[in-house]
Amino acid sequence: MLNKLFSFNGGVTPAYEKTRSAEGPILPVPLPAELVIPLHQHVGGPPRPVVQAGDRVTKGQRIGKADGNASATVHASTSGLVSAVEMRRMPHSSGLSALSVIIKPDGLDAWGTAKPLDLHTASPTEIRDHLMQMGVVGLGGAVFPTHLKIVPGQPKALETLVINGAECEPFITCDDLLMRQRADTVIAGVALMCQIMKPDRTLIGIEDNKPEAIRAMQQAIEAQHDKRLEVVSVPTRYPAGGAKQLIRVLTGIEVPHGERSTDYGVQCFNVGTAVAVHDAIKLGRPLVSRIVTVSGNVRRGGNYDVLIGTPMRDVVALSEAHADTNRYIMGGPMMGVVMPGMEVPVVKATNCILVGSPKMFPPPPPEMPCIRCGECAIACPADLQPFELYWFSRAKIFGKAQEYHLFDCIECGCCAYVCPSHIPLVDYYRFAKSEIWAREHEKEAADHARERYEFRQYREEREKEEKAARLAAKTAAGREKATAALAVAEQPDGSNNTAEKDAKKALIAAALARAKQQQEQAAAINTAAALSAEQQAEIAAIEARRAEIREVAKPHLPPDN
Amino acid sequence: MLAAVLVMALGAIVLGAALGFASVKFRVEGDPLVEKIDAILPQTQCGQCNYPGCKPYAEAIAKGEAEINQCPPGGEEGIRKLADLLGREFKPLSSEHGVEKPKSVAFIDEQTCIGCTLCIQACPVDAIVGAAKQMHTIIADQCTGCELCLPPCPVDCITMEPIAETVENWKWKYPVFPIRSTH
Ligand code: SF4
Ligand code: SF4
Ligand code: SF4
Ligand code: SF4
Repeated sequence: MLNKLFSFNGGVTPAYEKTRSAEGPILPVPLPAELVIPLHQHVGGPPRPVVQAGDRVTKGQRIGKADGNASATVHASTSGLVSAVEMRRMPHSSGLSALSVIIKPDGLDAWGTAKPLDLHTASPTEIRDHLMQMGVVGLGGAVFPTHLKIVPGQPKALETLVINGAECEPFITCDDLLMRQRADTVIAGVALMCQIMKPDRTLIGIEDNKPEAIRAMQQAIEAQHDKRLEVVSVPTRYPAGGAKQLIRVLTGIEVPHGERSTDYGVQCFNVGTAVAVHDAIKLGRPLVSRIVTVSGNVRRGGNYDVLIGTPMRDVVALSEAHADTNRYIMGGPMMGVVMPGMEVPVVKATNCILVGSPKMFPPPPPEMPCIRCGECAIACPADLQPFELYWFSRAKIFGKAQEYHLFDCIECGCCAYVCPSHIPLVDYYRFAKSEIWAREHEKEAADHARERYEFRQYREEREKEEKAARLAAKTAAGREKATAALAVAEQPDGSNNTAEKDAKKALIAAALARAKQQQEQAAAINTAAALSAEQQAEIAAIEARRAEIREVAKPHLPPDN
Repeated sequence: MLAAVLVMALGAIVLGAALGFASVKFRVEGDPLVEKIDAILPQTQCGQCNYPGCKPYAEAIAKGEAEINQCPPGGEEGIRKLADLLGREFKPLSSEHGVEKPKSVAFIDEQTCIGCTLCIQACPVDAIVGAAKQMHTIIADQCTGCELCLPPCPVDCITMEPIAETVENWKWKYPVFPIRSTH
């Protein structure tokens, strides 16, 4: 048993509101009229569609192909007919559309052939590839492709594998229910991860406000006699479920600003991801559904096993939203984002649909100036100075914001929660982060353009030089020939040489004489003998006009004309 | 199809190698100030500043021959950065050099293109591919939006298309909704 727990600085204790959704079984959702499966649901490159309208698909069939290694595959969540591959509105704050595969379910929900993987015979590359092909991504919310984190056979051994079952955000209970009701699968998944990554120890962190989950997980471990795994109850304090925070509580390792936990021998996965890994390897089934909490302004909150692509509205309908509902928030009240509409699909990142009403989430009190009280810095679990970040983000001095480690901000919202001036701090950070990303992107493009521009300059220069060289070579050769000919011509000696010359001269003279004769004849035809005086006058006039035109045109003509 | 792919791949490799070679071999040990100024300029290479590219403009600024407010693609932010770097006073963008526009890329109407290659010759960053009497096309990723290919086209088939906002390049705006939990 772990004897010492550490703690992270800061954090807050908001009202947890978990009981609203933590009772009852995980319920299935009836097949919707259509599934909208966005191709890009993870961090990394967008996959390319591999089906088109009119195709029949089975459940689990690949519909989007991973584009490169830092990407993930996307699959049909049920069997049916692809009715379109088109742009649909995304569950994203932008409200913009992205390419999605639309499937009309045939009602059979029939799986295609399963492709389980035998870990004993598979090579590390095969394991990674399999997880990528199965579309496994982090289900805690970050949707980072799992195969990029699971690195089997690494030279540097993994000291600690942390499984995140803390689930610290208010309202959300999907991990809680998963651990309570499917603990065996979770543990089986964690065991597989251990087998792949071979950590020295594996710690499953669960907040102490979930005693049932802790008990269920411990029982599952005992049932499987797996001595490598250990469940650790961690104090309930938001955001104990942040990766760096949980790692610090469990291991005491403080990952410095700007660095990753991997460099310190620790990897962290969500419990939902463990289940996805289990399904992908043992059952050969890709990630096509996830557990989603519905809570907030509803008659009875609950958790549902939802096919990816199901419209949020269909899921919320099962919980019976109250009439004054005006918005859905994806995620919880601290970190969630407002959805642009209620028809947007559930994606791999959707852990919770928080139903809101004006009464439940009233507009925030007006923002007041920062009084530099420092409350935010006390609350910040990432050891940042939120008021400095706020100041520089607001003033758009992004370089400074970065110096104050803006990118270590996990957007947990603790600072905004405690701020007496009601400043929506996180929104400023999100704004600043996206501006910085855009600038970095522009910078890269500019560097690329500079390189191409310089290369073009160089190429043009080289072409010019080559042309000049060719020209010089040509004239040099010409001159050489001419001098050689001249030398031959001027050679005084050699009698037959002179004879030859004389013969040539005679020939030329004869040709000249002939030409002259012809010319005279032609002139004769066109003059006195054949033409009338009238015609001759006309010719003279025309000649005069021509001469005149030539005079006028002279400055406009190229020199040799 | 395969042949075409191979040809393009080969082309990419050869050009890449040449680029890499050129960048090492022909690296000009330039004036560090010019480099710093050039790093701020947007590298659109459009010539609106009245210099034949960003680098010449950077040189002119370094020599004190040019004002810092002549680059429309760099816009106000670029001028501020230059002012910071050089300790000169900020000035609004000089209108005679142009106005700040949303970033766009050129698009060739491939039906109308007659394959005259004039646009290729005009493109400062070699972002157009094509051959004589063949259809031409723009490599959108490499197009800087300088608009230099527009005037030479005899059939006016090149247009500038503003870069569309997508989920990937979308930027967060200022605060909109409450983060505070209620109960
Ligand atoms: S809590 Fe709010 S008012 Fe206080 S220092 Fe932080 S941002 Fe300023
Ligand atoms: S949102 Fe960022 S700055 Fe604010 S408390 Fe959380 S980590 Fe710190
Ligand atoms: S105006 Fe055009 S060429 Fe001149 S510095 Fe700006 S981007 Fe470069
Ligand atoms: S200049 Fe116009 S017509 Fe000529 S190749 Fe370019 S796009 Fe085609």
